[in-house]
Amino acid sequence: MAVLDPVRPAFRAVGQTVVPEAARLTESEWAAVEDIVEQALATRPPRLQRQLVTLIRLLQWLPLFRYGRPFTALDPTHRTRFLAAIQDAPVLLLRRGFWGLRTLVLMGYYARPVAATEIGYQADPRGWEARRP
Amino acid sequence: MTERVYEVVIIGSGAGGGTVAQALAPMVRDGVRILVLEKGPRLADGEFTGREMEMATALYEDGGGFLTADGTMTLAFACTYGGSTVVYTGTSLTAPERVVRHWNVPGLDHADVVRRSEKYLRENNVHLLGPDALNDNNRLFVEGGRRAGYHVEQFPVNVKGCRGSSFCNLGCPNQAKQGTNRVQLPAAERDGVEVVTRAEVLRIEVDRSVVVRVGEKPAGGKGAPSEWAPGDYRVRGKIVVSAGGAIGSPALLLRSPLPTPRCLGDGFTCHPALILVAEHPRAITNDVGHPKSFFVDRGAEERFVLETCMYFPFTTAKAITGFGAAHSAMVRAFPRLQMILVLACDHATPGNRITADAAGKPVVHYRFTPETVDGLVRGTVASAKIFFAAGALRVHAPFADPPLIDARDAARVEALITTRHWRPGKTTVSAAHLMGGCGMGRSAADSVTDVWGRVHGIPWLRVADASLFPDSLEINPYVTIMALADRVAEGIREDARELLA
Ligand SMILES: Cc1cc2nc3c(=O)[nH]c(=O)nc-3n(C[C@H](O)[C@H](O)[C@H](O)COP(=O)(O)OP(=O)(O)OC[C@H]3O[C@@H](n4cnc5c(N)ncnc54)[C@H](O)[C@@H]3O)c2cc1C
Ligand code: SF4
Repeated sequence: MAVLDPVRPAFRAVGQTVVPEAARLTESEWAAVEDIVEQALATRPPRLQRQLVTLIRLLQWLPLFRYGRPFTALDPTHRTRFLAAIQDAPVLLLRRGFWGLRTLVLMGYYARPVAATEIGYQADPRGWEARRP
Repeated sequence: MTERVYEVVIIGSGAGGGTVAQALAPMVRDGVRILVLEKGPRLADGEFTGREMEMATALYEDGGGFLTADGTMTLAFACTYGGSTVVYTGTSLTAPERVVRHWNVPGLDHADVVRRSEKYLRENNVHLLGPDALNDNNRLFVEGGRRAGYHVEQFPVNVKGCRGSSFCNLGCPNQAKQGTNRVQLPAAERDGVEVVTRAEVLRIEVDRSVVVRVGEKPAGGKGAPSEWAPGDYRVRGKIVVSAGGAIGSPALLLRSPLPTPRCLGDGFTCHPALILVAEHPRAITNDVGHPKSFFVDRGAEERFVLETCMYFPFTTAKAITGFGAAHSAMVRAFPRLQMILVLACDHATPGNRITADAAGKPVVHYRFTPETVDGLVRGTVASAKIFFAAGALRVHAPFADPPLIDARDAARVEALITTRHWRPGKTTVSAAHLMGGCGMGRSAADSVTDVWGRVHGIPWLRVADASLFPDSLEINPYVTIMALADRVAEGIREDARELLA
């Protein structure tokens, strides 16, 4: 079973808040994002994988107390507001947990070659030769 | 467990291990069997693709995501034939006189470090790149730096046939960087030193043997299979050299049943660093050309050093604080981005140390002192001034709230960028200059080794890597590591008759 399986909708909702362009990803593009994340997680200790799932669950249900709805049911503005509060939380564990999750989302999204092209990144092993006419 | 016998066993093949291997290689002619055990794999030239995740996974410990114990800093170090010299940028500086004086290690003379460093500068083809090889990212740093009143210097780099791919930190796809994987290790192997990869040393025993686990090549992974069949080995040696790096060596010695000094693991420093980006009005050449050609050294005065740099899409996105639309807009400005790396000159501090967990894995305890945070903040202010002086429209400064500073606020950067906005766990801080843990010094009361890398009380055990530094070097460390490893090799040659008897 993949690490993200039990929390996939919440992971994607966080993903779209971190990288708004992710809202336009197709199912197969999401699969590519998640594949990168799963590969990175595969070599990490099971304890860390469990902590990640717990954090995503926490992010899904914490908004219930503040907004009366889980994270996936919030509109983009409220999702952003909620994650901004977590990012600045007084508790290091929460800040660092969100930083880790944000890192995984950015990895999944921007490590895809198509995303590199999308942002105009053109580095090439041939260096100058590939750039100068 | 299979047994093997050698006279000299070197653990690790990076800047330190590769240097010792080459320096001792002539002893092979006299019948001395020398073995290098390297935990990581040996990659073929064609396997260096420059693809970010693929190369990070293949070359770095934890794929580049190794975190300190409290999770507030990422430590980058490689695990492959050539160690971190495979992923370094190759900037080649010699140790400052004031730093060696401050280290205060009896018998360590700055002139000796310089003399040995010069040997490796020559061997590694260190030189200044010509103006044609410089990209806009580097040129803007020079122009902005000079306009903002900073003394900008050019980095000598150790390249041969650099094509300017900008992939240095993902391993050079053109074999241009002169790391130990290109220079010292192949030379040692030609002289008869054996290098075994995918061979992790689990512990060193009091009878001078080392217990090694040789791993299988994972399916689909990069690199050649190990030179030895997978399995557990006991390698009997007479001289053991630990060169596993500033994290690998202390962890290995801590999990070994040896009477090592109590301060083993102490004195860890790492030049914590921030990647800063600024947006220009037009596209600049940034992802082509050697990435790191210039620096500003304010270590002595303000505890920071600035370097030019250029990273890859994910690393860049990770470095930019925050998330959402503003974050995306900055990443999407990639072709217009200028980048500067701010490094803080941290110092050995009680509590900042390496320990081993129950499984023997390294745990790095690191707390940011107010002085280190101050160095990062001052470096960020200086970078913002340089960015704006170079014509940037917007600067991303993690120590400002909000982090994006517009050019119209350029005159207020000192007021906007302050330690008040420092939030460990929110800002991406990373470090690649890992130092200390087996520091040199006078006796077991204050250090782990003497000035020849000899572990106090264990004359057959030597350390030859960045862990020898008693405090931070305040500049890029690999040349000094090679110089110290060269001393360690000389000490071994001098003691060889007695130790090999
Ligand atoms: C991205 C990056 C950029 C850098 N850029 C520069 C630069 O431009 N200039 C500069 O001066 N410095 C630079 N550095 C720093 C420099 O590369 C290191 O300081 C230097 O390589 C450290 O040398 P070392 O011998 O201590 O360790 P390493 O070079 O890291 O080598 C240690 C080796 O030991 C192996 N090992 C560890 N434990 C074991 C074990 N138990 N069994 C077997 N093998 C083991 C590891 O796999 C590794 O290969 C950079 C580093 C990084 C990561
Ligand atoms: S910039 Fe030069 S040294 Fe660096 S990876 Fe490219 S070719 Fe190699």
